[in-house]
Amino acid sequence: MSLAETAAAAAADPEEGARARARRIEAWARWTLPVAVLVLVILGWHLFVTLNRIPHYILPGPVRVAEVIVADWPVLWDGMLVTAKIALYALALAVLGGGGLAVLFSLSRWTEMSFFPYAVILQVTPVVAIAPLIKIAVDDAFTSALVCAWIVAFFPILSNTTMGLKSADHNLRDLYRIYGATRWQRLRYLELPSALPYFLTGLRIGGGLSLIGAVVAEFVIGTAGTGLGLASMIQEASYRLNIPRMFAALALIALLGVAIFMALTLLSHLLLRRWHESAVRREA
Amino acid sequence: MDAASLTAARPRLLTMTGVGKTFGGDVEALRGMSLEINEGDFISLLGPSGCGKSTALRLIAGLIHPTRGSIRWDRPKGEGDLGVVFQEPTLMPWATVEDNVWLPLRLRGRPRAAVRDDIMSALRLVGLEGFARAYPRELSGGMKMRVSIARAMVTRPRLILMDEPFAALDEITRFRLNDDLLAMKAEIGCTVVFVTHSVFESVFLSDRIIVMAARPGRVIRELAVDEPYPRDESFRTSAAYVAHCRAASEALHEAMGEAA
Ligand SMILES: Nc1ncnc2c1ncn2[C@@H]1O[C@H](COP(=O)(O)OP(=O)(O)OP(=O)(O)O)[C@@H](O)[C@H]1O
Ligand SMILES: [Mg+2]
Repeated sequence: MSLAETAAAAAADPEEGARARARRIEAWARWTLPVAVLVLVILGWHLFVTLNRIPHYILPGPVRVAEVIVADWPVLWDGMLVTAKIALYALALAVLGGGGLAVLFSLSRWTEMSFFPYAVILQVTPVVAIAPLIKIAVDDAFTSALVCAWIVAFFPILSNTTMGLKSADHNLRDLYRIYGATRWQRLRYLELPSALPYFLTGLRIGGGLSLIGAVVAEFVIGTAGTGLGLASMIQEASYRLNIPRMFAALALIALLGVAIFMALTLLSHLLLRRWHESAVRREA
Repeated sequence: MDAASLTAARPRLLTMTGVGKTFGGDVEALRGMSLEINEGDFISLLGPSGCGKSTALRLIAGLIHPTRGSIRWDRPKGEGDLGVVFQEPTLMPWATVEDNVWLPLRLRGRPRAAVRDDIMSALRLVGLEGFARAYPRELSGGMKMRVSIARAMVTRPRLILMDEPFAALDEITRFRLNDDLLAMKAEIGCTVVFVTHSVFESVFLSDRIIVMAARPGRVIRELAVDEPYPRDESFRTSAAYVAHCRAASEALHEAMGEAA
């Protein structure tokens, strides 16, 4: 029986129909449930604020925050662009640096032995502690924020990819040797595909960390006046007791984080859906 | 009939002389193995766990080098002269069936379009021509093993090494694959060295059975299965088959007794 026939036979099977319906409902619930929770939380927040008559300089209600987002949109949007740019550039550089270094490590054990410990040191030293030094070394605020965000995003990509490159099946390695594969062929056709799921996991962690790195860097580097992104806007608003603006910026940072996470999850799904267990749906 | 002389008239493919392998200075995996492999032979290595069967295969494949003795190909081994099938199908999960079978040719720099016919005929040989675009996860265990065999055969190798390829499969699938393997071997005319734990499998498939014992791994007996090919179901129920199975079984017991 060909695959197409199998699929046709399955469609006629009533049990399969029920399963397909259950799948559709689940797909729908996956989106509607979190949205419903969000709506409830916002509603609760609104009621809490209005019923207790809490002044907006202590805790602004959602309506107030929404108003600020609309009213201050040009400023907030600029800030969001800056923060997003720092995070995404840092992530891109972390992919190049972390992925590239991982490949280099896999090609040469000596390089790995020499440099891996320093990658670890870079990782375990809190970025908040390094940021002021970077600020001194690099004049430009944007560039120093970028360096900070890069430092935090780079390690998970490096360590995951390094592990992935080593995870190739040893029988397949033997097979490549028997067929006289070159080092380059082994890397390209065997080790890189084996490393892909590991790399994507590192990328998702790195994506979240790059935003955290960007925010931390803005806090440490972006003193008022340097005109950095959303995080320095939060800081500035807090000096001026502009609490609704703080909440508005915070909401946009969260939104940015969710957007980065969803984009990377989608990418991972698209790349792995044909073959990797994590992305393949099996019938229960 | 003496086993070595059974196929001695065929041209020699490979000679192992007094081959020994010691791992890490003290684990003697194989001692003094001498074996003449002739073109067209179907040789089974039969023995208990740990008797050095896989080690012998890896030595022949050139993946490890002998500590003592020598392994010589009669004509120098060329590209694609060797095919290997492991106990696991060992397919690349990210590649389609077709791309998995393409691998040995791809590593020799052959573009897929240029070797499409070779790939398809290898798939036809194992009965999977309809599954070229499927991914390994969409196939059953037996089908994956067929893909693995197609990959080993796509270069039309002179020698195919198989390390317990059907051990993880159910008996019905194993019988079918045994039948098909003989047919495929006849079609491409290669030589096979086949590792197995199963007396029945070794008798059904081979013309020579090398019985091995463990600690240290060594050859203790060579049996000839002097029965004509093609072999089919009727061979499985014949008196000759039963007699060969008894002989192999006795040799295996001897091997296990010696090891204990
Ligand atoms: N790379 C290695 N390093 C150290 N010892 C090894 C290595 N490979 C095999 N051995 C040892 O050599 C002996 C023979 O191993 P081998 O894998 O050849 O046995 P086998 O006959 O294939 O067994 P099985 O039927 O269980 O697969 C075993 O004692 C094993 O522990
Ligand atoms: Mg073995």
